[in-house]
Amino acid sequence: MLKIDAISKTFNPGTVNEKKALSGLSLTVNDGDFISIIGANGAGKSTLFNAIAGTFLTDEGSIVLDGEDITLTPAHIRARNIGRLFQDPLKGTAPDMSIEENLALAAGSGGWLSRISRKEKKMLREKVAMLSMGLEDRMDSPVGLLSGGQRQALTLMMATINPPRLLLLDEHTAALDPETSDKVMALTEKIAGENHLTCLVITHNMHSALSQGNRTLMMDNGNIIFDIEGEKRHDLTVDDLLKMFRSRSGRDLDNDRMLLSE
Amino acid sequence: MLPLLQTALELGLISSLTVLALFLSYSMLNVCDLSTDGCFTLGATVGAVVAISGHPYLSIIAAMAAGVMSGFVTAFLQTKMGVDSLLAGIIMNTALYSVNIGIMGGSSLLNMNKTPTVFSKLHSVFEKTPVAETNKLIIATTAVTAVAAFLYLFLKTRIGLAIRATGNNPEMVRSSSINPATTTIVGLCVSGSFTALSGCLLAQSQKSVNIDIGSGMVTIALASLLIGSTFIRSRRMGLRIAGTIVGAFVFRLVYTIALRFNMPAYMLKLVSSVIVILAISGPYLKSRYPELARRLEKKKC
Repeated sequence: MLKIDAISKTFNPGTVNEKKALSGLSLTVNDGDFISIIGANGAGKSTLFNAIAGTFLTDEGSIVLDGEDITLTPAHIRARNIGRLFQDPLKGTAPDMSIEENLALAAGSGGWLSRISRKEKKMLREKVAMLSMGLEDRMDSPVGLLSGGQRQALTLMMATINPPRLLLLDEHTAALDPETSDKVMALTEKIAGENHLTCLVITHNMHSALSQGNRTLMMDNGNIIFDIEGEKRHDLTVDDLLKMFRSRSGRDLDNDRMLLSE
Repeated sequence: MLPLLQTALELGLISSLTVLALFLSYSMLNVCDLSTDGCFTLGATVGAVVAISGHPYLSIIAAMAAGVMSGFVTAFLQTKMGVDSLLAGIIMNTALYSVNIGIMGGSSLLNMNKTPTVFSKLHSVFEKTPVAETNKLIIATTAVTAVAAFLYLFLKTRIGLAIRATGNNPEMVRSSSINPATTTIVGLCVSGSFTALSGCLLAQSQKSVNIDIGSGMVTIALASLLIGSTFIRSRRMGLRIAGTIVGAFVFRLVYTIALRFNMPAYMLKLVSSVIVILAISGPYLKSRYPELARRLEKKKC
């Protein structure tokens, strides 16, 4: 469904700050995959997402989504098929606009000059009620007044209101308190399941990287150092994961946040 | 006092069209469009030239079309050519100076004393009735009502929502599959047409246009906009739009009263600059006050 072929990206080429963020990375994602991605800081996880979403164009290689070459497609066109959530819950919504207006913009039905119809209002309200956060009674409140968890849940709804082909989740629950984080994660799995979305999830939690979804990728130095699924993945423990990292990258995993999380 | 009040109302209404333009570009789109001065003059010159050639009604449409073009170029420079948005406005302003003199046929002043304008047309319709003297008020009110109603409806459409979101969070606009460059271009085209209409009406109401007619307009309009937002602190779009019109009128009124107390007319631009500074830095200084107060406290000890 998504086929990434040998993409590379170097930031600030030819300067002292030169950084090879992706080096010849290839990845094939199958329809319905739910892939967890782990890796140390600076491994290139978010850069990979930026490349897929079109935040920048890659220097080399190609990206094909459902048979369509999107390597040179601008980000806002790719957004029709690719939904994305960031760690920062403020990133996905317009704070001065109401819940209804934010959702209506994401739903994007009708022409440029059409207004939000009564039917659409009802539909948006029902969608918000599905989040079971009581937001359906605050459709006219500005999004800036919501809590981080509420905003992230709303962003999730906005990203999936027209089910995308691919959903990119960049540690989207990491900035939330544990309880809200669980709730948003459960919502994510529910929405992804109902719409049969293909998901790529960046996480720092090694346990959930092994338990959630059907496939685990580990990244280091701008490439994928292992890609594991099925039976083999089922029997893997966090210790095995750390050992594999050491043997593939030749050093210890020195990410406190990853090691300390449960 | 009454004729003075009427003049303040007329000028306030005409300039409120520019304030509505800034409401769209500055408050909604979050772009400080410094080409406003040049665009205002462009509307005035184009409107004057078309009116002088004998088409008073067409002059309004021509001026607004010129405003759309000016807005388009400004927006194109900042979204597609990599020019910083402030710089794009300044460059446009400079370029429009030449354009405007060119439109006026190389002169920096045009006289419309004997030219039929939309105002003189209405005046002759109501000839010899008391209504005739309020022709400026009628036309200005009609224009402001039309523009305000349009803006109100426009901001509720999908493109209107997208424009508001662009000023708020461009990244979110992109993830909604809309190109923020498009929304910026559309927004500045619309605001340009309002600014030019404002210039066109001012020139025709004072029966002359000179190259300086729009100078300082961006500061004056910004002052009015900020005054309006202190008067009406609502989140409702209709009230916010009404607030900008009230702001323009209050600004004119204060200015007119100041003139009565012998403030020289050339002080207008200094006063409007001070108002803008106070309105923008006021909230900032207020937020800094606790820190400053603690420093002072410490010094005393």
